[in-house]
Amino acid sequence: MSCVVGIDLGSTTTKAVILDENGDVLGRGITNSRSNYDLAAEVAKTEAFINARFGIIEQQVQATETVAMVSRLRRAFVMEQILQQLRRLEQLMLEESERSAPEQLKAAFRTSIEEICRRITLEEVQRFKQPPMLRSDFFRDAAGSAFMRIAEQIADPTGVSFDRLVGVYDKCIIRVENEPLDLDFRDHIGDALRRVGNPPGLADAVEYAVAKDLAPAYTVGTGYGRARLPFPKEQIRSEILCHGLGAHAMFPGTRTVLDIGGQDTKAIQVDEQGIVTNFQMNDRCAAGCGRYLGYIADEMNLGLHELGPLAEQSKRCVKINSTCTVFAGAELRERLGLGEKREDILAGLHRAIVIRAMSLLARSGGVSDEFTFTGGVAKNPAAVHAIRDLIGENYGERTLNISADSIYTGALGAALFASRIAA
Amino acid sequence: MAAVLKDRSMVLQKEMIANHFARLARAPETGEPVVYTFVPGNLTELIRSFGALPVLPEINALQSGMRKLSGDYIAEAERAGHSEDVCTYVKCDIGMMRSGNLGPGGLKLPKPDLLLLSYTGCYTFMKWFELLREEYDCPTVMFHVPYQGDGVLEPEHRNYMLRQLKEQVIPALEKATGRKYDEDKLRHHLALSAKAEDDLVAVLQAGKHRPSPIDGYFGTVYYVGPIFSAFRGTEEGVEYYRALREEVEQRVALGLGPITPDGPLEGERYRLVVEGPPNWTHFRDFWKMFSDEKAVVVASTYTKVGGTYDFGFRHNPDDPLGTLADYCSGCYTNLNLPTRIDMISRYIEEYQADGFLINSVKSCNSFSAGQLMILREVEKRTGIPGAFIESDLVDPRYFSAANIKNRLESYFQMIDARRLGKTA
Repeated sequence: MSCVVGIDLGSTTTKAVILDENGDVLGRGITNSRSNYDLAAEVAKTEAFINARFGIIEQQVQATETVAMVSRLRRAFVMEQILQQLRRLEQLMLEESERSAPEQLKAAFRTSIEEICRRITLEEVQRFKQPPMLRSDFFRDAAGSAFMRIAEQIADPTGVSFDRLVGVYDKCIIRVENEPLDLDFRDHIGDALRRVGNPPGLADAVEYAVAKDLAPAYTVGTGYGRARLPFPKEQIRSEILCHGLGAHAMFPGTRTVLDIGGQDTKAIQVDEQGIVTNFQMNDRCAAGCGRYLGYIADEMNLGLHELGPLAEQSKRCVKINSTCTVFAGAELRERLGLGEKREDILAGLHRAIVIRAMSLLARSGGVSDEFTFTGGVAKNPAAVHAIRDLIGENYGERTLNISADSIYTGALGAALFASRIAA
Repeated sequence: MAAVLKDRSMVLQKEMIANHFARLARAPETGEPVVYTFVPGNLTELIRSFGALPVLPEINALQSGMRKLSGDYIAEAERAGHSEDVCTYVKCDIGMMRSGNLGPGGLKLPKPDLLLLSYTGCYTFMKWFELLREEYDCPTVMFHVPYQGDGVLEPEHRNYMLRQLKEQVIPALEKATGRKYDEDKLRHHLALSAKAEDDLVAVLQAGKHRPSPIDGYFGTVYYVGPIFSAFRGTEEGVEYYRALREEVEQRVALGLGPITPDGPLEGERYRLVVEGPPNWTHFRDFWKMFSDEKAVVVASTYTKVGGTYDFGFRHNPDDPLGTLADYCSGCYTNLNLPTRIDMISRYIEEYQADGFLINSVKSCNSFSAGQLMILREVEKRTGIPGAFIESDLVDPRYFSAANIKNRLESYFQMIDARRLGKTA
């Protein structure tokens, strides 16, 4: 089957979308950009193809009980990928401690690392047996939080201390992330199938999906890292055009698009065909972009996905003027010092970043109906709340579109450009 | 290839500037008087009529920027207590002075005998010369040009300027140079100015051709160099602009595009109008972001800071002081925002531009104030969406290449998409 691929190399995450000949989405993949765009593009693409093959499996299985098994198979597959990366991480950490730990600590170091990795493996297997729970898609996040927690429990302040363990982990996680590992569909689908008990109806579908030929006819890249893509110039599109077209494909009535990404905010106007007619971006300063929320989350010791829900509990929004990412921590501590509640400060921060975005929207030509909000920040309910309020206050009633897949908007637009070139 | 591309005008300009700075360096021995003044509203003919040599501190600052020296100079000025928010031209100049005061050619700049400030809308210029007065302990004279708030020069404004010229500026020049005011000499220089201005306008308006034989922003900052600095009203200036005009007319006849640092640009794809000064620290990189995309700037406002000749003004030898007043009041930064909007809209129309770009520089309020309003108004009038980028004059810390390139590429692709949409 012929297909096309769109890749969006963002500052924080890299996304890939695969479309079939009819322009329907076959698969989506996402990974952290890890300062290595070449690898990030490869990983996101691999993930998208894995996703596409799971889609094929779903199409193949007819019986309802087998359909339910597909999502279990998917989780088993993800677990196999994590275990594979964990094995590699363990190996690297053992080598590193052998190389750099003081002689008298080497044996204890080895035992500690093996114990931590053994426990993480057990936790992963245990997690697979339980109902699914929301967590980060990235190995770094999953492995990192478990490592820290267990290391804290077993560390010996007089011997292999927590700091020493974290030092070795930090060194090695970067290497794991920057190695091309065997994480493809064919590498782990067999183990995953065995893990779910090899049900006969599913095995045939898996075999079919493995054999299915998915050949990308064309790939278009976009995003900050696009210059790193090994494509000729005509296969590279600016993210402005991709976001415009992607938003148009998701919601054809779209006339204004706001994208708040990791390090930039874009206000885009499109016509009825999804062609960009005007746009404005934030200035050279990334104040009030996604990364700002990232810093705030770090300062509060929260996950990025927890910020919005907490802010939504606010009863009294604190007025915040500065959206400077560098000063975010200072601003936050100042407010906490004044006795403000965390949720009220967060509500104020969300409103502040949206006020910044409103100025760009005004500069680009205002907010027309329909309005589509995209980018990672569109997943945040407090940001959406603030957008809804401020657009209402400034422009009146507008239809507000947000797709559950909004993070893929740029990659979708790129894939659509790819299908136009391929056609 | 480089040798072939050295047009006669380029060689002339190089020689003229080198000679000028050599003469300045020798001024302490030769006794030639030296007058410091600023580009917008400069009274070069008057200065020349007293046999004095002009020094233009902004030109030195932008040259330092292009030669990658401005970062250190600015750091030097900041160590001396100047805030991060002070105009970087000023800090670059102060830093250069504190680092030995070597000008663009590496030769020492002489001390001023007079600081002649033509005030044409930039408050910072006043502060700048106050600082230089502290450093040099020399006489200063201010020529106050009223802002064209209502878009016209009223007779009383003109009289106010004439009175200042007669009662303050000329006496100050007489005192500083020890020479009497000679109106015939002034007329002589003004006549030379008008000649060069005719040729310059022909060059600027060549941008209306398709393809444009010049880049009306990056290339043209070189073209306006002589007339904006020391060479208005000089024989060398006249010769330079005659040579330049011939070259440009030849390019038009041959249907050639502009010359860029990477060679001639062929296959013009986008025609743009640009508002705002360029960034000097990354001038070539900035230009390349355009030329790589085959984007040519057909007209710009920055190249009119030293005079808006393309709208008809010429120095008039028959009204020597009056013409100086008219010249100063018509400088771009002295024009109100509606006039600037008219100008940009006219450029877009007359030069058949596909788009327009505002480069908003952090240092310069004379340019940056009102630019967002200009953007919106010009979009409304012309129906063409504008692009907006931000950088600075000579502080390398404020040029973010990735951001600017990203925006420009997006903008060019948007123009493509709009074209396709129109033909679809």
